[in-house]
Amino acid sequence: MSTLTDPPKPKFRLSQLIYDTRYRSITIQFVALILIVLGLGWLATNTVTNLKALGKDFDFGFLSSAAGYDINQMLIPYDNQMSHGRAALVGILNTLLVAFLGCITATVIGVIVGVLRLSKNWVVSRLMSVYVEGFRNVPLLLWIILIFAIMTESMPQPRDFRGEVPEASMILGDHVAVTNRGIWIPRLGFTNSLSGNEAVVPAEGVPAVSQGGIDWAVLGIVLLLSIFAIRFVRNRASRIQEATGVRPTTWYQQILLLIVPTGIVALFLGMTVVEPFLKGFNFTEGTHLRNSLIALWIALSLYTGAFIAEIVRSGILAVSKGQSEAAFALGLRPNRTMNLVILPQAMRVIVPPLISQYLNLTKNSSLAIAVGYMDVRATLGGITINQTGRELEGMLLLGGFYLLLSLIISSVMNYYNNRTQLRER
Amino acid sequence: MKKTVFFGALTVAGLAAGVASAATLDDVKARGSLNCGVTTGLVGFAAPDANGVWEGFDVGICRAVAAAIFGDPTAVEFVPTTGQTRFTALASGEIDLLARNTTWTMSRDTDLKFDFVGVNYYDGQGFMVPKALGVTSAKDLDGATVCIQTGTTTELNLADFFRTNGISYEPVPIETNAEAQQQYLAGACDVYTTDASGLAATRATFENPGEHALLPEIISKEPLGPLVRHGDNEWGDIAMWVLNALVSAEEMGITSANIAELSAAPTNNPEINRILGTEGELGAMIGLEADWAKNAIAAGGNYGELFEQNIGEATPIGLARGLNAQWTEGGLIYSPPFR
Repeated sequence: MSTLTDPPKPKFRLSQLIYDTRYRSITIQFVALILIVLGLGWLATNTVTNLKALGKDFDFGFLSSAAGYDINQMLIPYDNQMSHGRAALVGILNTLLVAFLGCITATVIGVIVGVLRLSKNWVVSRLMSVYVEGFRNVPLLLWIILIFAIMTESMPQPRDFRGEVPEASMILGDHVAVTNRGIWIPRLGFTNSLSGNEAVVPAEGVPAVSQGGIDWAVLGIVLLLSIFAIRFVRNRASRIQEATGVRPTTWYQQILLLIVPTGIVALFLGMTVVEPFLKGFNFTEGTHLRNSLIALWIALSLYTGAFIAEIVRSGILAVSKGQSEAAFALGLRPNRTMNLVILPQAMRVIVPPLISQYLNLTKNSSLAIAVGYMDVRATLGGITINQTGRELEGMLLLGGFYLLLSLIISSVMNYYNNRTQLRER
Repeated sequence: MKKTVFFGALTVAGLAAGVASAATLDDVKARGSLNCGVTTGLVGFAAPDANGVWEGFDVGICRAVAAAIFGDPTAVEFVPTTGQTRFTALASGEIDLLARNTTWTMSRDTDLKFDFVGVNYYDGQGFMVPKALGVTSAKDLDGATVCIQTGTTTELNLADFFRTNGISYEPVPIETNAEAQQQYLAGACDVYTTDASGLAATRATFENPGEHALLPEIISKEPLGPLVRHGDNEWGDIAMWVLNALVSAEEMGITSANIAELSAAPTNNPEINRILGTEGELGAMIGLEADWAKNAIAAGGNYGELFEQNIGEATPIGLARGLNAQWTEGGLIYSPPFR
């Protein structure tokens, strides 16, 4: 057996870095990496140089100094002596609120419109086309401003509700006040609150009713326990059905489980409905949905809803016709066909683009600037920056917040997508 | 590879050096026009007229500075700014001078790194309400909805005022004066608060100004003046002394009517001669032509003329001189001597 000698290895030449395909990609990647690092380095040096030229330092200490300004819509207690950080948090919650409300409403609108656009009824499907094309093709900002302008210009002022023969009156059986400063709706309160009745008496003859943070938490826990109990009842029913073939009647147990414990706790806490009423310059009590919130919420929902409608339509159309024909052949009714056969498959197509619509909606909520909605852009990214002169720090925090929020939304949606995806066996 | 790094480092160094600011005056001269930040529109102070030409009391300052540098009062690029955008615009170099009803405060002067070059209007924050509300004092405003321009000192004063008086309010944040006006007239807010001069100017543009009242309370000191970036003192000096020249001109009786005559030949009054450049070297001292102040005053008249033409009692805005009278007439307007 003769030993084979390796062919002489060609010596590595520098030109191979460019002309040899084995090394070229490494060269290109290395050059690109260096350029990127240099670019980032330049940005950093530029920032440092400019900050130095302006005589500014880089410091997040401003977040703990007193803010000094007031915010109209607060989901957590806040006053102008609290810190800029707290003001930013109030803004963050306002952003989350409008994004959450917007995502839900946009999804509901989108699903309904998307299905209706496929309707065989000519008028309905055309109407839905008009809605989709109208909202998709006009900038969101215009819708926000339009809705805001309609609210402020055409609704009555609070003082029009006053007098012997008022020019305006509350609607829905005197429960809801629609004014040009927003809509006041009744709220739920607790007369026997666990946190004590810290609420001041709003007017003579009106009892103090607490907002009740702890009370809501207690109610929530009770409701959650009830839901677990209902699931237990259902699982038991399924087990019996599998064993005997007969499903026991449990609907009354389920309803009782849902209503009774929560109802007892609510009764104990003295839950009542608090109606808004006119006092001084404005309505008071009840829940105040400000014009800015309403305009932003409706515009975001309608605009994003139009996009979601198209996504839903494309998802449904993506499921092959054979699937529904097969379902019908098995004797499934149309709504069961939709729920059990079409939609689960359509979700595969719908969810990924839906994520990006949710992200769009959340980021578009920063258009709040147009109507003075106090979101995080307005508090941290607006007034705080303006009063403290910390543009760089504020903008970095703001960018970081939106980035984090977007990542959270997309990971939650991706989790959901993985859950609902059809598994191939 | 070493070479790339070397060139890269060189580029970084070069670019970094490029951002280190050159003198503002040189930049302005090279550009051929002054970038002046004004409001987005407040009649009397800064607003475009029917032909799109900016005019007003603050605009007059911009034009005077441009005239002092170029001899041409129209060599100004007006940049409308809101309460929120103005400081960023100035700090970033987008504008050279901010003449926009801006209150001189310590934190703006120190922490925000600006230099106020003087006060061109002594103001205070007031409240405007519809007379139909029947409110006679700001202390009756418990629970009222208040329209406020966001990013201003008025926002902070308002919070302080309501807190000290133990009453509540609902703030409605607004970007510009025009928006505030629309919201206020639609009744979306009960009260509009800003500097009293701004309220008077806004009210003058209403269809029925008589239906709206300014409440007697003035809740703050608001010395309004033009400002520049901190650090370029030569540029700050120019803005400061143009303003002083306008003020001195009124004191000395130099008006746009007689300025040609006074500057033709040296007069008996040496200070007038020094201002107008017919005597001394004051122009060279701040790096401008000898006739800088003459051009500045000729641009729109002296301080008093600017006041009367734009916001004075003969105009719809109808502001009295009050605190803004010359010191010789019991006001606070006072210029250091030209010497």
